[in-house]
Amino acid sequence: MKTMMKLISGAALAMALGAGAAHAQVLFWSTQAKPVEETQKMRDQVLSGFEGGVDYQPQDDGPWLTRVQAELQAGSGTIGVLGALHGSLSSLAADLVDLSDVDLGGAKVNEAYRELATLDTGEQKYLPWMQATYIMAANKKALEFLPEGTDLDTITYDQLTAWSKNLAEKTGSPKFGFPGGPDGLKHRFFQGFLVPSYTKSMVTKFRSAEAEAGWNKFKELWQYTNPNSTNYAFMQQPLLTEEVWVAFDHVARLADAFNQKPDDFVAFPAPAGPAGRGFMPVVAGVAIPKTAPDMDKAKALVAYMLKPETQIATLRATNFFPVVEVTLPDDMPNSVKLSAPAVAAMTGAEDALPALLPIGLGDLGGKFNQVYTDTYERIVLGGQDVRAVLDEQADVLRGLLEQAKAPCWAPDAPSQGACPVE
Amino acid sequence: MTRSKALPYLLLAPATLFLCVFFLYPFVLVAHEAVTRDGAYTFANFRTMAEHWKFPATFWNTMLLAIVVVPLQLVLALTMASIVSRVESGRGAILYIFAIPLGISDLAAGLIWLAIFEQSGFLNTWLVGLGVADQPVMFLGYQSKLSIFVAVVLAEVWRATAIMMVILVAGMGLIPKEYGEAAEVFGASAWKRFTRVTLPLLRPSLQTAIILRVILAFEVFAVVAALGGTNLPVLMGETYHWQFALQDRNVAAAYAMLILAISIGFTLFFLYALRVPKEARP
Amino acid sequence: MTAILADAPAAARWDSRRRAGRFLMFAAIVLLCAWVLLPIYLLIVNALSSPNEVTGFPKRMLPSFDTGSISFFINFAGVAKALWNSILVAALTMVLSIGIGAPAGYALSRFDFPGKEAFRFLVLMTRAFPLPLLALPLAVMFIRTGLDDTPVGLAIVHTTLALPFAVLITFSLFSGIPFELEEAAWTLGCTRLQAFWKVVMPLALPGIAASAVFAFTISWNEVFAAAVLTIENRTLTAFLLQSLNVSPLYLKFAGGAALVVPALIFIFAVRKYLFAMWGIANR
Repeated sequence: MKTMMKLISGAALAMALGAGAAHAQVLFWSTQAKPVEETQKMRDQVLSGFEGGVDYQPQDDGPWLTRVQAELQAGSGTIGVLGALHGSLSSLAADLVDLSDVDLGGAKVNEAYRELATLDTGEQKYLPWMQATYIMAANKKALEFLPEGTDLDTITYDQLTAWSKNLAEKTGSPKFGFPGGPDGLKHRFFQGFLVPSYTKSMVTKFRSAEAEAGWNKFKELWQYTNPNSTNYAFMQQPLLTEEVWVAFDHVARLADAFNQKPDDFVAFPAPAGPAGRGFMPVVAGVAIPKTAPDMDKAKALVAYMLKPETQIATLRATNFFPVVEVTLPDDMPNSVKLSAPAVAAMTGAEDALPALLPIGLGDLGGKFNQVYTDTYERIVLGGQDVRAVLDEQADVLRGLLEQAKAPCWAPDAPSQGACPVE
Repeated sequence: MTRSKALPYLLLAPATLFLCVFFLYPFVLVAHEAVTRDGAYTFANFRTMAEHWKFPATFWNTMLLAIVVVPLQLVLALTMASIVSRVESGRGAILYIFAIPLGISDLAAGLIWLAIFEQSGFLNTWLVGLGVADQPVMFLGYQSKLSIFVAVVLAEVWRATAIMMVILVAGMGLIPKEYGEAAEVFGASAWKRFTRVTLPLLRPSLQTAIILRVILAFEVFAVVAALGGTNLPVLMGETYHWQFALQDRNVAAAYAMLILAISIGFTLFFLYALRVPKEARP
Repeated sequence: MTAILADAPAAARWDSRRRAGRFLMFAAIVLLCAWVLLPIYLLIVNALSSPNEVTGFPKRMLPSFDTGSISFFINFAGVAKALWNSILVAALTMVLSIGIGAPAGYALSRFDFPGKEAFRFLVLMTRAFPLPLLALPLAVMFIRTGLDDTPVGLAIVHTTLALPFAVLITFSLFSGIPFELEEAAWTLGCTRLQAFWKVVMPLALPGIAASAVFAFTISWNEVFAAAVLTIENRTLTAFLLQSLNVSPLYLKFAGGAALVVPALIFIFAVRKYLFAMWGIANR
């Protein structure tokens, strides 16, 4: 026992002393591509082509943020490149390096996203890395219950509700599913899909009568929604187990279902409301913190991530779509083959109503999202009065926008000063 | 004799120094965040916490869980420990099996119990297989708060009883056998021997086991998140949420201070309730 | 004597009661073992099933021994190194928490001195405060001092978690070893240290080993600090568990099993120390 202890502590000491060695590879600290298989693909297929080597480390938001904050506070660090969603990066704006001098070769980056990535500072705080959005998926078994006259490509919230009602009544249990769990991406649905579809606004008409109608419709739909929805994070799982036949989620979070059983599922656009077919992109970006140990190498990695061939490899690995102009080869995975037409049908629809990601909120982004999540939890789960909840949450929302002094963004009309909540 | 006066402090010095540097120092920084906002001292963070619409549910869920889980665990741990100390053969194997959950993290435990309780899980397989239910029952849906609560209680009891059990086993081992034998000679029943001899002598271990377990019970999170999703908010979950999702370290720190205060309150209570009178010490 | 012999029916009653008691005990043991083992068994079943079986319904009760998911983890780049790091950090945590905690436990059990209660309180407080909030100031401190991304640094954080257990368990342990034994050794000419080393230590060693087991499992299962404070020297838990909650179901279970099995083996390997904990007073 004693000798073992000695041995262990001796070995530990040797390890501890040797551990200070320089970090030759670029550390890519990311909140994306977390599922183990995606991580594996990121390392083997996407990043292996980068000269100089990359150490790709995906993290939950908590440790990700804690580590970044710690390095910034300490004034030195090991992280070379940050990869995260727009919302996470926007709270770090002051500590990110200007990337406007990064040589992107010939890559043509989507201008709207590039503008978004300045975070209202005039500097290129991050570069868009990949994008995605939300679509609907259905098991083909559900199609026979579709109400007459419903075309999936032009589906509305009314039709979706009628369909779900049909399914619930004729199969004996609710078959619509929604990613309402703690790790589910629900806030973007309310901000970017439901509320704009009814009000043509995200912020200004938050407590309008139209918004009330939208929430009431969702509440109606909820009656035919699988109650396990409050546990779901990735809808691909309940779709595969057939707990759920029709679902709404992020394309990357449906991919596994499409890949495993491509013949069992159809993909189609998110529904439309009276004001249009609201939808919101999801944008992930790459950024460099001020404390990056090797600035040149980090910038080279950022440029590498935006090369067209890297972008296509990234699509294969993560199911996030490119942000630069590329022509997709034919041999894409089933998930891409199924979801790409649905995304195209949604964004190209006559009634398409794109909603932008929140701009200018800084580190209040999380609280902005929470306004929508709270509204949902109170109205739909808590059964509280819609009018009263909207009035109360509107006050919170107004407070946030005034604190951030953030002007309106699409689909709301531009404003002088903080975006008003009417 | 002067040496002996200094000795306890010398023995405590490493632990104290260690805790001061690696616990007390960061703790003071976080505590400072709880009572400041933008550099000024204020109670605003606590007010924000307490006035949030979810706070009452969060607070009471945490309390209720602790109040239900800990006594159940105590009874189970005492049963297990008594069995271990009384059984004649196979004691090693039994103790090993009882101690297994020690090695299982709360995240893994959440995973295991989710596989049991989810709609297409093992429990439903049995229920449908035995004909008790026609089709899978929804145990974890948002309308069935009670069954979520029961599932969390079961998972917590399964996961965290071992820690009490091991402490109690050690404590029972320290009780000289002669006491029990003497009581037996005087005709005391097994139950009487347990309540009149074992339990009182077990008090120091009981105190340790209960205090540690109660403190950990107020930090329950991973299992609740796995089984209850957003349906059963608990204090620790809200702390994480404010710290990382809402990025408001001040309010998160306020939550942490609340958890600490509750734990201290209960610790003081049990230190008092289960105190070992000085003259009764060995 | 004769009176007892004459009381045969009473003896028979006593005997049948004993038998009933034995049966009850046996039933309780079986039931409790099943309660502990069944969930573990289900995890193993799921880990050894194919992806389709894991998502299917009804569930199988026997594994199909599909090792696809498990081998994914075994072949995952860096698992071996992460496993080594986990063991290393856990071993360091063991050494540190016992090295620092046992003297404190001894002092608490043998002396009455001002500040004793304050110390016990400080120790307990460590456990009552959520670690993820402490991780930020600790990480800043570690980056500045060079402890960042070292097994020792992480072991230090894990020691703050394990220390309360080490102190309290060794405290009750030493309390159970009669002071008279030490005093006897003094009168025979031993110094305090010799008396401790030769008399108390051999008695306490098994129990100390048991509280080291606690330290080991605490360190083994800790994720948050491990994720924040290690980059190159990632532990297995940080390496696997981080990504499990968002991975497909079949990988979740395989990963879960990959974490549980080493812990089970460890507890099995040291079970005789756990067992010895029982025997201290009844040797």
